[in-house]
Amino acid sequence: MWTLLQIELYKIFRRPRTYIAFVAITALITIVQLGLKVDGKEYAAFVTADLSNSLQVDGKIINGYFVCYILLQLLLVHVPLLIALIAADMISGEANMGTLRLMITKPISRTEFILAKFFAASIYTILLLIWLAILALFLSMLIFGTDDMFLMKNNYAVQIENADIFWRYAGAFGFACLAMITVAALGFFLSQFAENSIGPIVATMSVIIFFTILSTMSIPIFNLIKPYLFTTHMVAWKEFFDVKVNADNETIKGTIQNPGKLINSSLILVAHIILFVSASIYVFKKKDVLS
Amino acid sequence: MQPIIQVKSLSKSFGTFQAVNNLSFTVNEGDVYGFLGQNGAGKSTTIRMLLTLIKPTSGEIKIFGLPLSSHRNEILKNIGAVIEKPDVYKYLSAYDNLKLFARLSGGKFDYQHLMNQLEMVGLAERAKDKVKTYSQGMKQRLGIAIALVHNPKLIILDEPTNGLDPQGIADIRNLILRLSREMNKTIVVSSHLLTEIEQIATKVLIIDKGKKLIEGSASELFDESQTIVEIETLDNDTTLKQLQQSNWKNNLQPKREHALVLKLDRKEIPQLHKDLVAMNAAVISLQPKHSLEDYFLQITSGNQHVDAFTN
Repeated sequence: MWTLLQIELYKIFRRPRTYIAFVAITALITIVQLGLKVDGKEYAAFVTADLSNSLQVDGKIINGYFVCYILLQLLLVHVPLLIALIAADMISGEANMGTLRLMITKPISRTEFILAKFFAASIYTILLLIWLAILALFLSMLIFGTDDMFLMKNNYAVQIENADIFWRYAGAFGFACLAMITVAALGFFLSQFAENSIGPIVATMSVIIFFTILSTMSIPIFNLIKPYLFTTHMVAWKEFFDVKVNADNETIKGTIQNPGKLINSSLILVAHIILFVSASIYVFKKKDVLS
Repeated sequence: MQPIIQVKSLSKSFGTFQAVNNLSFTVNEGDVYGFLGQNGAGKSTTIRMLLTLIKPTSGEIKIFGLPLSSHRNEILKNIGAVIEKPDVYKYLSAYDNLKLFARLSGGKFDYQHLMNQLEMVGLAERAKDKVKTYSQGMKQRLGIAIALVHNPKLIILDEPTNGLDPQGIADIRNLILRLSREMNKTIVVSSHLLTEIEQIATKVLIIDKGKKLIEGSASELFDESQTIVEIETLDNDTTLKQLQQSNWKNNLQPKREHALVLKLDRKEIPQLHKDLVAMNAAVISLQPKHSLEDYFLQITSGNQHVDAFTN
């Protein structure tokens, strides 16, 4: 299993396509950082426009933590496409190249084969998010410095102390890993039904877009299924930045407003991962390799 | 000799299409087993079932005396295979591909062993070049190196000469003969070309529409006393009458559309030629064929009325 995983990772990181995602993320983050560096004050004024008459904010609103939050909001919607590029290609790409039949004639069980491929896709996903964290968080901290974080929610504002932020990002990135591995698992599952990667990539994105629309529409009939859609829970990383307040409306350091929601979302995402991977194993074990 | 592959009543259906129908055969140790049939006859489906790529609908496969269904990994450790096109990772070099598949085959092989394998198939000089720069023949040879890298007891080659030029075909043929004669490997090789199988096989199985048509040793099947000669003249009817009145009357076979057919020993062909000249027959062509070739051609042309071989 370990050998097989090493081989799968070797194959992933020897393919030029793998680095498209890393280059794309680097380009996007650099552009946003450059824009905020040049015109950050204007952006901060826009964000706090509603509160400008009732609230005075001291310090740097546009600091590394705030920039990272903006980047995560922007990118975690698009990262699934970059994940799908690799995950949805894991089986279909091999079928397309004709290497699947050679792999299957080797003394490896099909379950091992699927698990090794899925773990390799998951490791790729985690590495992509680590790269995202390095650029979005650490590089932003370097460029913009650090300060308290000021966030505008739907009908309130949150201020988190400088010293209380970093662990929240660690949690948010950890949760984002879980959400993106769910996307990888979906792409991986769909990858078995095609002999070229375009179909599964498009199908993965279509499912995500479709579910996201259902998740965001406030129509009663959809509300019944919303709690079970993984897309509803993919954005729960934001919960790390909702802080409990005391009677004086002051934030309580080290707290999360609704930890139960985070745990629930994590469990639902894990359940989806298990479902997609189990279904992948089941389908692949029955599959005739005709490519 | 010990049986290496035992296939009993093997069938495979895809929906209503019966790709392999109640097929049984045995491959013994040291055989070069020629698996012959036209495209779509069921050769590749059978081979894919031997390699666990496709699950049989019914039937039993034993390899090295063990049921394939329950001893898959144990059996596959001792099999090397090339299935149709030798597709490998084009973004990797030949050496990297070989190393990767050697590891998957369960062995750890040093640099020298891998290079020796590439040397054997004539790719050592291009070992570090990416496979995407290789010709079809080079890819095929790399596929064979991958099949052999872990020193398997059984080698399965499905249409190994597909897409190769004559030199490439000759190279593969010589390699198969070397593996059989010098390394005593058991080899199953499929092809739709009789001439290819004729030159390497010790045993032949012909299948059509998923069914076994004939199985036997190559020496029996390629017996030269069973040569078929097709003669085409300007006036076939007159020549036929002359042959019916000659010593060749017992050799005559049912006439075909544009040719007269005789079955005879290959050594008798020069005499037949002389007699035709003596008869003043205006011969356009005189084509000797193995009876098996004739049989095979009739099958592959879709004509199931065959008497040349079975008589």
